[in-house]
Amino acid sequence: MNDFSIAQPDVPVVDVLSAEKIFANGFRGLAPIELSIRRGEFVSLIGPSGCGKSTLLKLIANLIEPSDGRLQWWRGDFSKVGQAGRQLAFVFQDPTLMPWARVENNVRLPLDFVGVDRATARSRVAAALAQVELTHATRRYPRQLSGGMRMRVSIARALVTNPDLLLMDEPFGALDEFTRNRLDEDLARLSWERQLTSVFVTHSIYEAVFLSSRIIVMAAQPGRIFTEFTVDEPRPRGEDFRTSPRFAALCRDLSTLLTDASIASRG
Amino acid sequence: MRPLMQREWFAPVVAPLVVGALLLGVWQFCCGYFQIPIYLFPAPSDIAESLMENWQPLLHALGSTLKITFAAFALATILGVLTAFLFIQSRWIEMSLLPYAVLLQVTPIVAVAPLIIILVKNTPLALTACATVIALFPIISNTTIGLRSVDPGLLAYFRMNKVGRAQTLWRLRVPSALPFFMAGLRISSGLALIGAVVAEFVAGTGGRSAGLAYEILQSGFQLDIPRMFAALLLITVTGVALFGLMVGLDRLLLGHWHDSAVKTER
Repeated sequence: MNDFSIAQPDVPVVDVLSAEKIFANGFRGLAPIELSIRRGEFVSLIGPSGCGKSTLLKLIANLIEPSDGRLQWWRGDFSKVGQAGRQLAFVFQDPTLMPWARVENNVRLPLDFVGVDRATARSRVAAALAQVELTHATRRYPRQLSGGMRMRVSIARALVTNPDLLLMDEPFGALDEFTRNRLDEDLARLSWERQLTSVFVTHSIYEAVFLSSRIIVMAAQPGRIFTEFTVDEPRPRGEDFRTSPRFAALCRDLSTLLTDASIASRG
Repeated sequence: MRPLMQREWFAPVVAPLVVGALLLGVWQFCCGYFQIPIYLFPAPSDIAESLMENWQPLLHALGSTLKITFAAFALATILGVLTAFLFIQSRWIEMSLLPYAVLLQVTPIVAVAPLIIILVKNTPLALTACATVIALFPIISNTTIGLRSVDPGLLAYFRMNKVGRAQTLWRLRVPSALPFFMAGLRISSGLALIGAVVAEFVAGTGGRSAGLAYEILQSGFQLDIPRMFAALLLITVTGVALFGLMVGLDRLLLGHWHDSAVKTER
């Protein structure tokens, strides 16, 4: 149809077109949602629990199907996802690594699935591990790593497929704040260097402000988009942004919006 | 060089040895002091003497028992794993077959052995069959549980990547099942030996394929109690050796990743 569209920056990577989700038990997870994610954007989904942010992410990952409405990826259906220029990767809340496999073999797994040849796989694994600064841990087993390192392996496993769209479901939620800040900085750098389109679910206001170009604030009962919040700080961002007064002000604004969203969720 | 006492292998090896030596000493002393007749309860030295004297027939008998044990163990492993793979194909297959596997397990082998020995002409084959029946169940149940105990997160990851059944089995289910399978092997190896000895007892066969159980029976008839103890000792040593072999295999296969086999640093 319009494969040249990939080269055009304006064409959205994901379109959520009046997609809603009603679960089998009758729970209205998501009211009809309209959302368009453009190339190179870093979008965070944030909101009180039950607002459907994970559900929305799973819809975008095609892990679940919408009850009504539809989604488009690169202006096409999901069958074309996985082709060149339309690669999708998902990072779970847990690292979900194979405990019996060394770090390098864990990272290589998605390449093994599609049968990439050994030499190519080896160099791509090495590159992915270098990007998350884990070259020294290539031969280790997951149990020999700290929680933060395991999460970095999980991210390397996503990066090794050279994704064009990276979806993350609270990937650093279980980590301590110090480790989380470091990984956020790594992620900010990586997504900028690779011009990754990213969708990121989080509970953390600071994390959302630090990473995102756009934040979708959601409300519950039913799950819906409450408002949008743009962070127009230039990227790449670093530690200096985190400590700036502007960062604090943005966090305060977002916090106010979230409070409003929580109040709206009770109705 | 660290002093001997502080080496990590020292305590687990030396402590039981010391206890064993003490017990043997008390045993030897009591037999001498109370002048217990050799046909009632021989002293360790009598048993050692008998072992030296009869080493040839005893070793031959050990060979026979070992042959049955290993054949049964191998057979149980193969059949057990195949059954487990069959079970995880569908809940229906498992539901229809599992009761019979349980039936096989709960029926005492001593009760079934005579039947098997009558039905199967070839004695070693009959003995192997008895021992296999006993050793089979732990492998089936452990491997089945193992193949099902897959990390749900990893399973979701495989599904998301549209990975087929065969690849999921090979890359995910089989490695996940390995620790469970190894635990099954450990139990099964001991059971195979027990099964072989019990079957030999029931069959009571002498001749060229006579095993250690036959040695025990014969020694009992002839009131050659030291020889009886010597045969018993060989069975015990075989059991311990099998267990050690399994522990070693466990370390080899799981040592680098599984919590059960990894040393915890303090």
